[in-house]
Amino acid sequence: MNHKVIDTKDVVIRFCGDSGDGMQLTGTLFADASALYGNEISTFPDYPAEIRAPQGTVSGVSGFQVHFGSEGVNTPGDFCDVLVAMNPAALKANAKWAKPTATIIVDVDSFNEAGLKKAGFATDDPATELHIEDRNIIWAPITSLTKESLADSGLDVKSILRSKNMFTLGMCFYMFNRPLDYTYAYLEKKFGKKKPQLVEPNKKVLFDGYNYAANIQAIANTYTVASADLPKGTYRNINGNQATAWGLIAAAEKAGLPLFCGSYPITPATAILEELALHKNLNVKTMQAEDEIAGICTAIGAAYGGSLAVTTTSGPGLSLKSEAMGLAMITELPLVIVDVQRSGPSTGIPTKTEQTDLAQALYGRNGECPICIVAAHSPSNCFDAAFNAAKLALEHMMPVILLTEGFLGNGSEPWRIPSMKDYPAIKPPIIDSCEGAFKPFERDPKTFVRSWAIPGKAGLEHRVGGLEKNPAGTISSDPENHAYMVAQRAAKVAAVADSIPELKVEGAPSGDLLLVGWGGTFGHLYTAAKQLQAQGKKVSLAHFDYINPLPKNTAEVFAGFRQIMVCELNSGQFADYLRARLPQFEYKQYNKVQGQPFIVKEIVDAAGEIL
Amino acid sequence: MKYTAQDFKSNQEVRWCPGCGDHAVLAALQRALPAVSEALDLAKEKFVVVSGIGCSSRLPYYMDTFGFHGIHGRATALSTGLKVARPELSVWQACGDGDALAIGGNHFIHAIRRNVDLNIILFNNQIYGLTKGQYSPTSKFGAITKTSPYGTVENPFTPGQLVIGARGTFFARGLDVDIKTNQEIFLAAALHKGASVCEMLVNCMIFNDGAHAAISAKEVRADKTITLRHGEKMIFGANNDKGIVLENGVLKAVTIGQDGYTLDDVLVHDAHRRDSFIHSMLIDMKDDLPVALGVIRDVEDTTYDANVQKQLEEVSAAAKVHSVDELLHSGSTWEVK
Repeated sequence: MNHKVIDTKDVVIRFCGDSGDGMQLTGTLFADASALYGNEISTFPDYPAEIRAPQGTVSGVSGFQVHFGSEGVNTPGDFCDVLVAMNPAALKANAKWAKPTATIIVDVDSFNEAGLKKAGFATDDPATELHIEDRNIIWAPITSLTKESLADSGLDVKSILRSKNMFTLGMCFYMFNRPLDYTYAYLEKKFGKKKPQLVEPNKKVLFDGYNYAANIQAIANTYTVASADLPKGTYRNINGNQATAWGLIAAAEKAGLPLFCGSYPITPATAILEELALHKNLNVKTMQAEDEIAGICTAIGAAYGGSLAVTTTSGPGLSLKSEAMGLAMITELPLVIVDVQRSGPSTGIPTKTEQTDLAQALYGRNGECPICIVAAHSPSNCFDAAFNAAKLALEHMMPVILLTEGFLGNGSEPWRIPSMKDYPAIKPPIIDSCEGAFKPFERDPKTFVRSWAIPGKAGLEHRVGGLEKNPAGTISSDPENHAYMVAQRAAKVAAVADSIPELKVEGAPSGDLLLVGWGGTFGHLYTAAKQLQAQGKKVSLAHFDYINPLPKNTAEVFAGFRQIMVCELNSGQFADYLRARLPQFEYKQYNKVQGQPFIVKEIVDAAGEIL
Repeated sequence: MKYTAQDFKSNQEVRWCPGCGDHAVLAALQRALPAVSEALDLAKEKFVVVSGIGCSSRLPYYMDTFGFHGIHGRATALSTGLKVARPELSVWQACGDGDALAIGGNHFIHAIRRNVDLNIILFNNQIYGLTKGQYSPTSKFGAITKTSPYGTVENPFTPGQLVIGARGTFFARGLDVDIKTNQEIFLAAALHKGASVCEMLVNCMIFNDGAHAAISAKEVRADKTITLRHGEKMIFGANNDKGIVLENGVLKAVTIGQDGYTLDDVLVHDAHRRDSFIHSMLIDMKDDLPVALGVIRDVEDTTYDANVQKQLEEVSAAAKVHSVDELLHSGSTWEVK
């Protein structure tokens, strides 16, 4: 076989195996090594809801996809160039993601009769059964070579088998000319203190995997992927949930307030609470509440007490918080509600991504209860989105829902570390005194924002609550007053449009088709728009970071295009909202509700059909 | 600063029904807070009153303090968040039996378990008043109400037993009409570090009139109740001649000087003992035994809010990262030149 070294600008590699095979770690280590090498990267973990689903079955397959390259890495990639499958079930579940030109690495040791049967293969020829017999499949005896490699290590069989993912990683490092140092350092750090006996064996297996790949000559192609032409600066990897947590901490620091987070564990949002719990040193208090309702209510109590208050959750938790969101809205207290959306309804598919909570965020409360909604568009953008959501909440004295997605929360990418001096000040309307009795619902005439009087300040004693009040803060069921207060609170949310940036157009400001999206689909839609533009099509993208209120220039942007296609991972919730807000336009839709992100090609094809 | 009860009265018109037991509890609270302020050296603006939904939850509007009227059942969660964020505030909570023990039962037991330093006034009238007369989790078995026209077929909670079961550190019980004892209870609750549950047996004139009459009526009260004080003998009765003794592992009401019982046999109330054995029995007293009032349990322990604050300070003192800029650069980073 002739060995070729292929120069390519980007590569997608998908690691998959049993949920206990360590594929998330393998993928993360590969991504980190690539990022350190200077590539752009984007990752996407795809794992089952069960921690240990039945071993060897298709439902227990866990995957981690890494897209890395020198340019154009905006998504974790649709189809992969290299597929690693640690068992038959992993191959079965993921073969459809392999490009026709893909190299597929499998652990042949697991392709025995029992393994094939568990995965549901009818024959002993899985490649033919999956119609991938023409691909370059490397049947590597990963398990037995790992055993051999560590035969003299003194480790027990279980520990030895656990390190077979390092063998696989070593093979991939060879294919992509990646140095091993970074992973060596990781292993030393991870095991050095607690389990030093594991450091050398893992390093050895990694090294042996690398050499095995170099020696077998079955790997037809190795790749060089040049480092990306990234702006100068200090970089780090960050995932969306971590970025969300840090953005909230950053906002609290800017506002000079303590941060309080009351939350209840829920997939895929829990990592935000876990991350915040680490940073008490930055004046962060976290409470793992007894339930979702206590999560938001403790946060509202803390908001009344003068904290930047936050509650984090996913769709089912947002449902439980509905009544309390109304309380935060009518008491006009600052609160950030983070919803890391997952597949629903009800428990749905908890580990899979969707954008199906938009309607709930917009409308899911009793009474007239408009709430400001901000959406994050990439893992690292969660930092800015969280910062901006907190700034709006604090400066406008209102709850703000930040919508992210499982795809963003778990996905990671390199991030050029910003400097906090480049972020705007946050100035909540805190008062220290007032003339006469404090009137909690008197407002600024332009922004409709009320003042924030925090307990502990003499002369500002006042009562707030869920009952309708007049501007002075006295309970009132007067019909005119109610209508007035409803209108004032709505006007306050609408006035946020003066504080948010205008909608940007990616591409020409006019043309045949405007792709419209929001949230975590940005990378896919952006890539699709670029591909369509490269084909000479007059297609642009308008991607919304702010959903309620809409940016002021939205109608102006829409008017520049002959057709509008709203693309989202639900059945048309944003499209319906736009129809209600801007009925003068016609909206076509491209929707997907499979618990999976878009594939760029499907957007390009859908756009092609209507052009 | 010296305050009077008047300083804690807001200008809002009190809208409870005439004769409602809540009036007396409000009066006791307003009279107790000047003493609390003095004992803890707290200015009025450090007091916050939080409530849920129900008749009693209107209370914050009648207090000239910071106040938060929440949503049904969630007072305990709101006050917990406030106290954790601002441990230096004196946080009071007004809630009813339906509010705190039915829809809000989860928050109630968890605040007690955590020992959040809250002063929880539980107005127990054994009925839903604001929704006009449905049975509550403290209504007696067989209670006839609008939603139980043939009588309930479920057992009630004993709030004090919930407190014990949730490893509570403070439980007191008062009768609405006994303003003086309730003032003492509220002061003790304020001085106690931790979740102080003060059950107020209140009458609802409209939907459950006489719920507590069997023990609260003037002519029977002295014989049907006992007001416990730490360190004092458990003596009661119109003639102060009855006492509580422990016999064969159970409590018994006896007459001193009869059947061979002397004053020495009568138990001395120890509210501070950690084990809840006697407290639990005192909470359960009824029928042949007088209903226990006053501070039944008052045990020292660390509080959640103080522990959260302490941990924050300890972690901060040991931390290398003290700003967001430092946080962003912590861990694994690399340079692009």
